Amino acid sequence: MNAPAQQSSDQREANDQRESDVWARLATVSDPELDESVAAMGFVDTIQIDATGEVQIGFRLPTYWCAPNFAFLMAHDMREAVESLSWVSTAIISLRDHCNAKEINHGVGAGLSFGDTFPGQTAAELDKLRATFRRKAFKRRQELLLRHLKGADMTPQQLCAMHMGELATLPLEDDEALNLRARYQEIRGEFGGPAGEGDLAFTTDSGEMLTPDGFGDYLQDLRRVRVNAEFNANLCRGILQTRYGETAEE
Amino acid sequence: MFKTSDGEEIFVIDAHIHLWDARPENQRNVHGAQFINCFHNYQKGLSPEEYHWSTEKFQYYGADTLYEDVFVNGYADMAICQPTYLKEFYVNGFNTTEQNAVLRDKYPNQVLLNGAFDPRDGEPGLDALTELVEAYKVTGVKLYTAEWHGDSKGYKLTDPWARRYLEHAQGLGIKNVHVHKGPTILPLNRDAFDVADVDDAATDFPELNFIVDHVGLPRLDDFCWIATQETNVYGGLAVAAAFVHSRPRYFAEMMAELLFWVGEDKLLFASDYGIWQPKWLIEKFMAFEMPEDLKAETGVDLTLDVKRKILGLNAAKLYGIDIEAQKTKISAG
Repeated sequence: MNAPAQQSSDQREANDQRESDVWARLATVSDPELDESVAAMGFVDTIQIDATGEVQIGFRLPTYWCAPNFAFLMAHDMREAVESLSWVSTAIISLRDHCNAKEINHGVGAGLSFGDTFPGQTAAELDKLRATFRRKAFKRRQELLLRHLKGADMTPQQLCAMHMGELATLPLEDDEALNLRARYQEIRGEFGGPAGEGDLAFTTDSGEMLTPDGFGDYLQDLRRVRVNAEFNANLCRGILQTRYGETAEE
Repeated sequence: MFKTSDGEEIFVIDAHIHLWDARPENQRNVHGAQFINCFHNYQKGLSPEEYHWSTEKFQYYGADTLYEDVFVNGYADMAICQPTYLKEFYVNGFNTTEQNAVLRDKYPNQVLLNGAFDPRDGEPGLDALTELVEAYKVTGVKLYTAEWHGDSKGYKLTDPWARRYLEHAQGLGIKNVHVHKGPTILPLNRDAFDVADVDDAATDFPELNFIVDHVGLPRLDDFCWIATQETNVYGGLAVAAAFVHSRPRYFAEMMAELLFWVGEDKLLFASDYGIWQPKWLIEKFMAFEMPEDLKAETGVDLTLDVKRKILGLNAAKLYGIDIEAQKTKISAG
């Protein structure tokens, strides 16, 4: 991309706006395994935008061996998310320093499926994998919110009986709590049965009611999922920082 | 031997060490170079700074340095060599049974040697396994289900050939099967982090012990679930243990999970040397106390007795080691 040597301040502002639009879209793309955005994890390190609306996005992962299936999903989702911006003509995603960078960049660029990107080497498409990890994300977000509300002196009885409408209007004070609630509300419609205002806020992923008696065991069961995801996220951040000497957001 | 401040002695078996050769002349391709770089980043990412090594030392440290780091300074009384062949990446292999045997032959009272097999070697591989067990007298094997092999980028323990190999290994007297389910090498065609195949294999081979290295990370949640179902599934703490330094809170949360689901009798301390050194891992592990909130929530604790089991007693049981007799042997040299 050849940027003119001098840009008017209007052009600069427009470019800054475009770049922040791209970051905002990238913030919606998750590493499915970690349920954290590729932007927050520090995976994306370059964004270049040219006058025709072509966006080039460079990213790299904590290791040369990070799972190709997840790398593919992230690259695919980034392309889709960024191309949803009206001014973007095309988004070119390039993964680097990875054992399958070439195949993944080609596959995502050409709009191929994972199976067609690695012909003869993979049996299944990635929908099932994505669904598995989305379900884990539900459990983790639910556990974090339940734990927080429990810590704020809500009883298992109250939590088991709470409706979506009540959850939405709970007077939460700090940013952390607001964020936990928003993230849970965002995913609740995908799991746990109907999610209208009058439906229970907290059900199992398959939509079963929670009971105050079983509440402790239920939380303990969810903990596993959260501890695993947090452990992975910590490992990824640590190794990414060692590999590239940069710090991701905590 | 680790001695507590009260003078109590803790017998230590490090369940996972390597003696590898990743020098440039042994690297077959870019994958070999990237593999050792990745390991080195794990070391630098999670060790205290004074335990970071130069690239040269990390690529090759040799038997004498290993002995010094693990047995002289590292408190280990015994250690188990787990081979990692990686012949697709390294000319003579990365860390083979043959390479590790040098160490065992030099220190037979302190080094336990494991072998390996790859079910994708088919019929000839079965004979090779027989020869390996006879030549090196191993009672355990280390399996990398994610290892690349020709066009294959991984296999499962439930594959028909894997079952044949397990049957054959059992017939040869193998008792312990260490399965690498963890970070660093990735299959393409399957999610080899999926630990479900261990569940099935453990059910079908109740006489064998399955030690899931790296406690199934990054699938700790699935591993915990399986380990509660199967009495012959154990967890090796390599990688996980290193968090005691850089992320003690997560280490605590993870240990609480493991103690709750898997239990204190089924966890094995492991350094993954040369990635991490047992000296600091053990010092920090011994000094570590389970936070009160986690104790209250999960009902588990990491007491001295639990630490003693994890650091040595559990591995001793799996490998049939009589600790008192072994102490005498070791001190007699």
